[in-house]
Amino acid sequence: MIIKVQQEDFEPMAEMAAYPVDAIAGAGGSVTFTGTVRDYSEAADILAMEIEHYPGMTERELERISAEAARRYDILDSLIVHRYGHLAPQDNIVMVAVWSRHRAAAFDACRFLIDLLKTSAPFWKKEVTLAGARWVTDCPGCRAGGREGHTHAPYTHYSHTQLK
Amino acid sequence: MIYVKFFASVRERVGVGEISLLMPEGGVTVEEVLSLAEDETGVLLQDAHLLAAVNLQHVPFSGVVHDGDEVAFFPPVTGG
Repeated sequence: MIIKVQQEDFEPMAEMAAYPVDAIAGAGGSVTFTGTVRDYSEAADILAMEIEHYPGMTERELERISAEAARRYDILDSLIVHRYGHLAPQDNIVMVAVWSRHRAAAFDACRFLIDLLKTSAPFWKKEVTLAGARWVTDCPGCRAGGREGHTHAPYTHYSHTQLK
Repeated sequence: MIYVKFFASVRERVGVGEISLLMPEGGVTVEEVLSLAEDETGVLLQDAHLLAAVNLQHVPFSGVVHDGDEVAFFPPVTGG
């Protein structure tokens, strides 16, 4: 697995082309997801996005979920790149790429990784709008219509249903 | 000592990114570290959505904290 947490932009196709060939020998295909900064929110137009993270824990969580994906799905390897710092609308935020012998495992593992990343990796988004800056608090899992239900984090005082 | 870090909206409310606390006799839970941090900073942090980590791993508030541990408090994550 490769994990990159960085301020600078990335180019998804270049990241995949540069992946160590030995790690993905025998691959029959790959699936990639790239997340970008939206230019709108429920409140207002977004001028910029600030992303804060917890150095050390971020890398550790991304390694943990990558290892979990490798245990659950028949994949060859995976890549996660996530940016932090100051981003503009349409900028890349995150990419997940998975290589496998057969497509189903790559699709499933890619979905698994991006879904789990959103509820476990310690990143926090702050939207900058004309009205000021505000921390994003809405639940990414709810917004995505989580397919099998989801938790809001590995541990919370209260469960999702109790929060309603 | 216990090294306590705050992130995102929690860090802004506290006003600093980290503090250190004297390790009480007899050991403590994450919940108790939170109370000590509130006493130290004068800022109430109890919140149904608050999350915690010890030594870079997510933990429940019942988790045990040892001398020298790094304990972090933060809001639900919103990456991706």
